[in-house]
Amino acid sequence: MDAIRCEILAKGAEAVIFKEIWYGIPIVRKVRMPKAYRDPRLDRILRQRRTINEARLLYDARKLGISVPAIMDINLDDTCIMMEYIEGVRLRDILNSMRHEEVKSIMKRVGVMVGMLHVNGIVHGDLTTSNMILTESGNIFLIDFGLGMHSDDIEDLGVDLHIFLRALESTHTQITDICFKSFLSGYERIVGNEMASRVVDKIWEIRARGRYVSPELRK
Amino acid sequence: MAIIVLGIESSAHTFGVGIARGDGRILANVYSSYIPRYGGILPREAARHHYNVAHKIVIKALKEAGLNIEDIDGIAVALGPGMGPCLRVGAFIARILAIKYSKPLIPVNHAVAHVEIARLTTNAKDPLFVYVSGGNTQIIAYSHGRYRVFGETLDIPLGNFFDTLARELGLPQPGTPYIEMLASKGKNIIELPYVVKGQDMSYSGLLTAILRKFKEGIPIEDLCLSAMEYAYAMLAEVVERALAHTQKRELVLAGGVARSKRLQRIMKLVAEEHDAIFKVVPDEYAGDNGAMIAWTGVLCLKSGITISPEDSIVRQRWRIDEVDVPWMQ
Repeated sequence: MDAIRCEILAKGAEAVIFKEIWYGIPIVRKVRMPKAYRDPRLDRILRQRRTINEARLLYDARKLGISVPAIMDINLDDTCIMMEYIEGVRLRDILNSMRHEEVKSIMKRVGVMVGMLHVNGIVHGDLTTSNMILTESGNIFLIDFGLGMHSDDIEDLGVDLHIFLRALESTHTQITDICFKSFLSGYERIVGNEMASRVVDKIWEIRARGRYVSPELRK
Repeated sequence: MAIIVLGIESSAHTFGVGIARGDGRILANVYSSYIPRYGGILPREAARHHYNVAHKIVIKALKEAGLNIEDIDGIAVALGPGMGPCLRVGAFIARILAIKYSKPLIPVNHAVAHVEIARLTTNAKDPLFVYVSGGNTQIIAYSHGRYRVFGETLDIPLGNFFDTLARELGLPQPGTPYIEMLASKGKNIIELPYVVKGQDMSYSGLLTAILRKFKEGIPIEDLCLSAMEYAYAMLAEVVERALAHTQKRELVLAGGVARSKRLQRIMKLVAEEHDAIFKVVPDEYAGDNGAMIAWTGVLCLKSGITISPEDSIVRQRWRIDEVDVPWMQ
């Protein structure tokens, strides 16, 4: 191996993320780990499928001009993806201490990016502010397409935004409304009024199904 | 004296009567099941079966418990979810008993009953439940006054998936044990659709794909092995996430499909990975039974939950998260 393993960046239910130096360049290696509860053969099929799926989504998003990490290599034997290391801060960690004007402008840009994905049939699958990185040059990167898929079904797009809104509600409680409104203004600009309102209506429909409604609201 | 409740279950193929006492003792658990001559359950035929056996099963249950109807403090009945014609038999019998012998009538949700009998018989306090049967596939946990759903099937339930598959492959019913038996002889896992959307899983696409492979001549053992591994892996993934999210320290497997040894092993591994204790409902209380309705009736009656016979309509789609469970507080 030519890579020098530096540190573990994150450890999720599905994968472990390493930061490494690869021919002098800092990279991220995302390795999908085996699950003991799955038949080993099926486990392998699933990990390979998901590795390919994520790489394809990253590639397609990048082709659209959306800032996502560039893929350096994928290895199906180890079910890992090597990609560009994005230097910056997670929006999750800075949004709450930002001026409202700044929050609005950032969220609008996030809305534009997600709108671009959605009109092109890409669902991110885990839109949280932990998966958005602000670089020093002011660029916003979307990361972790591990739960994403190709779809233009309004239901899937609605779930994508529902997950994002829920993330805002839990981590940016004080500024949820500002964030989501600005997000939607950017989103709407890309997908158009008609599609935007269909997707937003879907969010409320998904929430009204009951189990997504918070216990407090149901009383 | 601890209260005694007689419970009636008739939501699908089983007409069951159980008798439970306030201290958690099950005094009787008697049932008779309708077996379709061909294909799946025909609700009206099942209902006719239930009408024909109802009085015998009630008398048998009382005899097993060594009680007279006068000794009973309340009549509990599953009013849903389930098949309308079947549910109406249980409701009808329960109303007659309640009115004739002046007993309180207790409305019980079938899903709550599966969860409560599992909690009673495994001695679990506040677990994450995996409720898998012919009619339901849900991941359930208690939160804020009700049992909440943390994942479920978007189309057919797991037990129904196995039953339909078994029927199409020419195997007997119920399908799960036969599929599991053949799966143990399988050698290869084939490529099939794996559908998990958020916290929900979908089995209908998997079923269609397997039947197509069957026509292509793939060995039945490999089909059964693949069907079982894909279906259980989808469930396990969602259960794992729900366990991480709810932070529950116990995992309890309930419902008819809980009898599957392979599923038990898988859920045990999922639980261990999250430092949770794994428990499974005993076989006799896994499938639909009257005892679970009687025991939940005890819990309801202690919390003052009763219903007047004229209001006791059946609800085919009565969701578990619509039911208040004050005894969990």
